[in-house]
Amino acid sequence: MSIAITTQIICFSVLSLVILIGALGVVLLESIVYSAFLLGGVFMSVAGLYLLLNASFVAAAQVLVYVGAVNVLIIFAIMLVNKKEDLKPISDIKSRRIISTSICLTLLSLLIRVDLTNVWSLSSPQNSIGEESTIRIGEHLFSDYLLPFEVASVLLLMAMIGAIVLARRDVMSKDISTGLPVDQELIEKSSEPLLTNKN
Amino acid sequence: MMNLESIPIQAFLIVSSALFCIGIWGLLNSRNAVRVLMSIELMLNAVNINLITFSSYVDNNLIQGQVFTIFVITVAAAEAAVGLAILLSLYRNRVTVDMESFNLLKW
Repeated sequence: MSIAITTQIICFSVLSLVILIGALGVVLLESIVYSAFLLGGVFMSVAGLYLLLNASFVAAAQVLVYVGAVNVLIIFAIMLVNKKEDLKPISDIKSRRIISTSICLTLLSLLIRVDLTNVWSLSSPQNSIGEESTIRIGEHLFSDYLLPFEVASVLLLMAMIGAIVLARRDVMSKDISTGLPVDQELIEKSSEPLLTNKN
Repeated sequence: MMNLESIPIQAFLIVSSALFCIGIWGLLNSRNAVRVLMSIELMLNAVNINLITFSSYVDNNLIQGQVFTIFVITVAAAEAAVGLAILLSLYRNRVTVDMESFNLLKW
């Protein structure tokens, strides 16, 4: 990394602030659409952190796959399922919140303690390969990681076929658990006006 | 152990720990199923930050952490596609995305 240390620190602080605030927004905001767009911002900032860590190829892959594919997929899913509905209130929501928040805070303090107290055996930063990392990734992928690389291609094919099979349009005529007929009107969206009943 | 020529490794690790815990909180507390999938993506990103950090600080000659991150990104893309397809077919049959009403496999 050739940029000065002050620039690095400024970039790191801005990026990590955007990541943490954006992630909090993703889980806390009321509107799911805002969450999806904030998630895109978090992915972009994580790509910036990868650039700061000399991983330019992974940063490019992050932008292409996460922002370009996963985030767009999530936004499409939100467009398909975004119906305003009144959620049924849960009786013990408060105790659930307290328990889950305390578990998360405990885990966070444990992780931070491990981060700070462990003695990391760092290598010297002089022999950083930097720009050549892309070449090195290619060498890894076609020599010692060849089998996982091929298995990943099979996995992607399986995921594609599985997604097509699962998201196909033929639905069951009856609800599995209740036995009631499924409302077919909601499946054929053409008959439903899009903007009128959105109170 | 800290050298002043670069950002300490602990800073990156703390950011990734906080991101992971935010992801877990969202996973446990969301009622919208799409938001659960988003929280899983946040947790996967925290893991990726950890892998890249160790690849850059601990072994920066053999960058195996970056190769692992490529695989994690691949699996995360597959997971998102299948998860959202499952969500769509659930929505077709249940007409809701509320996590509390998905109790088909409950004993």
